[in-house]
Amino acid sequence: MLEAVIWLLGYQLAGEFIVRCFGWPLPGAVVGMLLLLLTLLARRSVPEGLQHSVPTLLGHLSLLFIPAGVGVLAWWPQLLDAGWRLALVLLLSTLLPLLGTAYLLRALLARKEAAR
Amino acid sequence: MSASVLDALSAVSRGPLFGLFLTLLAYRVALWLNRRCHGHPLSNPVLVGCVLVGAVLLAGGVRVDTYMEGGRLLMLLLGPATVALAVPLYHQFARLRRSAVALTLALLAGSLIGIASSVLLGRLFGLSETLVLSLVPRSVTTPIAMGVAEAIGGDPTLAAAFVIVSGILGAVLVRPLFTRLGLMDERVLGFATGVAAHGIGTARVFQISQGAGAFAALAMGLNGLMTALIAPLLLRLLTRFWH
Repeated sequence: MLEAVIWLLGYQLAGEFIVRCFGWPLPGAVVGMLLLLLTLLARRSVPEGLQHSVPTLLGHLSLLFIPAGVGVLAWWPQLLDAGWRLALVLLLSTLLPLLGTAYLLRALLARKEAAR
Repeated sequence: MSASVLDALSAVSRGPLFGLFLTLLAYRVALWLNRRCHGHPLSNPVLVGCVLVGAVLLAGGVRVDTYMEGGRLLMLLLGPATVALAVPLYHQFARLRRSAVALTLALLAGSLIGIASSVLLGRLFGLSETLVLSLVPRSVTTPIAMGVAEAIGGDPTLAAAFVIVSGILGAVLVRPLFTRLGLMDERVLGFATGVAAHGIGTARVFQISQGAGAFAALAMGLNGLMTALIAPLLLRLLTRFWH
């Protein structure tokens, strides 16, 4: 656990540092994730500390979303104000990429398998 | 005596420990309920957890800001959790490379449709500029969405709220929708859910199959990256086109 925390915080901090150095409009954690992926690919294995703790951490990802969801309460007046229009935009803009990605990927995979 | 008990209670509820404890407790109850309902889409732990915490805050007259003293501590952990996604990405790397071209094209299309549909539909329905800009990073995982919203001039906490709503919508709808449309290939189901409904959708897809979950985790990570990279650029283009 301790090792995993040190790995993850270390890579996030490195990411934050790089993002600030170059003024990129990216969260530092994303760059940290890329750096860690590159590191794992280079050493061709996952350090034991990470291997044990990461599945547990990601298994409880839902917990970390709850405070942000509760934050919706603070926006209640504005959200009610936009009402059904906002609800419709949210529904459509979730369904469109979901179905668009699915149909395109199915067509591409079918073409690839037919070519084989 | 009773007045001092009330004072003590309100003093305790003002510290960060209260929000932290309340969230952990609500999450534990939500997990139990999800198991009791055999993973029914509407018993989603994020949805139930938020409702429980919200109910306690409303019943106790506790302000959301006060709760966030503790909530913020958990949100801080989303950063390291994002970094941790590198591990499942590493494990799936060989599988990813095998369909690299198809996945890249599908990802690019999904990401563009996600951003463009938020902006265009938002404006079409006359939503305020803050709402539209906070909707843009809606289909990616929270830490990335908050960072992107901040970078393009939206509101990070509002963006996080939309991420949750979008994720729950995707998680609840994906199975009935894809069954009806005959799209149940695990690569297609997983990848599309990861692109459109990030972590909450991914958690849902893992319950359907491990393979679909792996593709969802992959898509979630990649779309986070893609949106962070292209949202500011695409937004500038769309704005020019719109005016």
